[in-house]
Amino acid sequence: MLADKDRIFTNIYGFHDKSLKGAMARGHWDGTKGFIDQGRDWIVQQIKDSGLRGRGGAGFPTGLKWSFMPKQSDGRPHYLVVNADESEPGTCKDREILRNDPHTLVEGCLIAGCAMGAHVGYIYVRGEFIREREALQQAIDECYEAGLLGKGNKNGWDFDLYVHHGAGAYICGEETALLESLEGKKGQPRLKPPFPANMGLYGCPTTVNNVESIAVTPTILRRGASWFASFGRPNNLGTKLFGISGHVNKPCIVEESMSIPFRELIEKHGGGIRGGWDNLLAIIPGGASCPLIPAADCEELIMDFDGTRAVKSSFGTAGVIVMDKSTDIVRAIARISYFFKHESCGQCTPCREGTGWMWRVLDRMAQGRAHKKEIDMLLEVTTQVEGHTICALGDAAAWPVQGLIRHFRGEIERRIDAYSANPHGEPVRIAAE
Amino acid sequence: MSVRRLAPDEVQPASFAFTPDNLAWAQKTIGKYPAERKASAVIPLLWRAQEQHAYWLPKAAIEYIADMLDMPYIRVFEVATFYTMFQLQPVGKKAHVQVCGTTPCMLRGAGELIKVCKSRIHHEPFHLSDDGDFSWEEVECAGTCVNAPMIQVFSDVYEDLTPESLEKVLDAFARGEKPKPGPQNSRHGAEPEGGAVTLRDLPFDAAGPAKAGAAVAEKSKPASVAKAEPAPEAVSSAAAEFAAKEEAEIKAKLATLSPDATPEQKADAVGTRPTGLAAARSNAADKLQKIKGIGPVNEGKLHALGIFHFDQIAGWSREEIRWVGTYLAFPGRIDREEWTVQAKALAAGAPSAKE
Repeated sequence: MLADKDRIFTNIYGFHDKSLKGAMARGHWDGTKGFIDQGRDWIVQQIKDSGLRGRGGAGFPTGLKWSFMPKQSDGRPHYLVVNADESEPGTCKDREILRNDPHTLVEGCLIAGCAMGAHVGYIYVRGEFIREREALQQAIDECYEAGLLGKGNKNGWDFDLYVHHGAGAYICGEETALLESLEGKKGQPRLKPPFPANMGLYGCPTTVNNVESIAVTPTILRRGASWFASFGRPNNLGTKLFGISGHVNKPCIVEESMSIPFRELIEKHGGGIRGGWDNLLAIIPGGASCPLIPAADCEELIMDFDGTRAVKSSFGTAGVIVMDKSTDIVRAIARISYFFKHESCGQCTPCREGTGWMWRVLDRMAQGRAHKKEIDMLLEVTTQVEGHTICALGDAAAWPVQGLIRHFRGEIERRIDAYSANPHGEPVRIAAE
Repeated sequence: MSVRRLAPDEVQPASFAFTPDNLAWAQKTIGKYPAERKASAVIPLLWRAQEQHAYWLPKAAIEYIADMLDMPYIRVFEVATFYTMFQLQPVGKKAHVQVCGTTPCMLRGAGELIKVCKSRIHHEPFHLSDDGDFSWEEVECAGTCVNAPMIQVFSDVYEDLTPESLEKVLDAFARGEKPKPGPQNSRHGAEPEGGAVTLRDLPFDAAGPAKAGAAVAEKSKPASVAKAEPAPEAVSSAAAEFAAKEEAEIKAKLATLSPDATPEQKADAVGTRPTGLAAARSNAADKLQKIKGIGPVNEGKLHALGIFHFDQIAGWSREEIRWVGTYLAFPGRIDREEWTVQAKALAAGAPSAKE
């Protein structure tokens, strides 16, 4: 288990003073000026050396992302945008940073701003997090008052930081949709290229990072890249906030080392699976868009990017949803399909129509009111949505359904058999409706 | 995608304007963005308008904000209908209950919460209850999955709900009160129920004004903090004096030990180790967690010492209390929380002080 002294988020449960004074007592905002003085290349190199990969789901190396920003400004300002639009079902780690340890994020924004030549930063908080954005705003106000932010601040890098918020659209977690929303439009993703590093917010070079990616950077610089890189397996380095929800005895958020075995994570922190380990049916390892992993593969599962990929899933945001044997698995995935149907922005036809279609078919399959040939038809439709949309929401909607069919096809067939074994008044209609 | 339309004309107010406070706030908000990018403020402004207007957004407010930001009306209508937190129809005056129904909440019983809403408020979402005080809807993931199931009412969330605790929360709203937000069980935040198992020994704890909560009670506190806490009123000043004296004595003894002494060594220096059992009598340990102050972690530690039964704790001598208190690293707490008294009562079959 990760030792307490190696945890970055020391107030993640909110038991301590979250004000600037309390944060400083816990070691934040210490030596920040020294990092700024070493210059942006040094900061970027440190983050590259630490092996930090983006914590928002895709796992893109953070240092590399920062290095894409133009070295010299061509007259346009550079922007840092922090993605706090945390809406993936199963994921609620950033909320705890925002409300309980906001100074990790504020300090991280200043450092990241320096590393990409940005003098202005926006934090886009999801609309539902009202108390969270109030806590964050308070932390920012304290920093302005103490001369840690703003023009001519003590740290030697002019930086203004603003809190912005959304109003309940999951799609705004996609970086270009977030930028559209921040510009005051509907959150519909943009085609890439041009990438935000060249044409982002207001047409200026922009980098969008997840809250946790930014919030860990000050501690990485303070304790050294090699300290951070000493946790986890190669390519999956560092510490990570894990969320454990669903059918465990004690759901919680906990910071742990990357590459922790799944079973250890659940038994040490989640209080074990409800009804014991053998009662496990399947898990969704990193938020709703990751394909599920059946219990048989969980025994040896390593919780990191490579470990989850080895079982044809993905690490996502490390918000694990645990399902025990009492779960109606088809209905659970159908509910995820409904989520994606509801959250599709409506821009691309395969996703707008496909998400609703997949949900309707799955909803029938949950009752058994379907034909077996429709299972293959559904699988084929998922492949027609996947990869044929501007953003990854289409992929995200397709993967859970593919995971369900891959591992629980027998369960769907069993329901169809059970349904058709009994006489019913109305005939089963075929998929298109 | 969902189809969302403005409320019918009958319920639309004729005009809308920000209050002076909100107007000043709006000007400040617009100032966050570059001067030619005022449109960026549209979501925050619409949200403030919704808050001002009984938590729903009338057509007049949408147009008012479009004028303020020099935006075409259609662009602001687009935004208002795209983002689902904007309520386009009137909602309950006392509470608009947003139940999260997405898979993590569904797995932990959101369906039961929806049943409560259906029976208590209206069988259809987005409809006002008969008295106009309540309405409800099922929302997509609201981002508190480890505290599922949950509801959001206006700005606050109510987490770790059961149908019973939801009824209580709704009862409070019906009385015109504001129930305490956050988890509705013993949790404080996102820590595991029954107390955090991590972040327990950090050097800064001495300075941290820890808040009340089940998990805090579980945390070990350095002697300096414990002493600074006001003694419970029930304890007479003489007893408090005795406790303070004993604590100082323990502290002095501990100061002579090397800093890396084990808990056993520290405890041995100040008291006598209570005799433990090899195993629970007839293999049935009492549930020590019924004692206020003992959570799963301390229970585990006590088991490791061979303490399995209430009567064992009830019979601790002064020396033994000092030993255990030091071993568990919270001097004085066994007395403050009266573990021995609680244990005596529990051994005699009384209900737990925790309940």
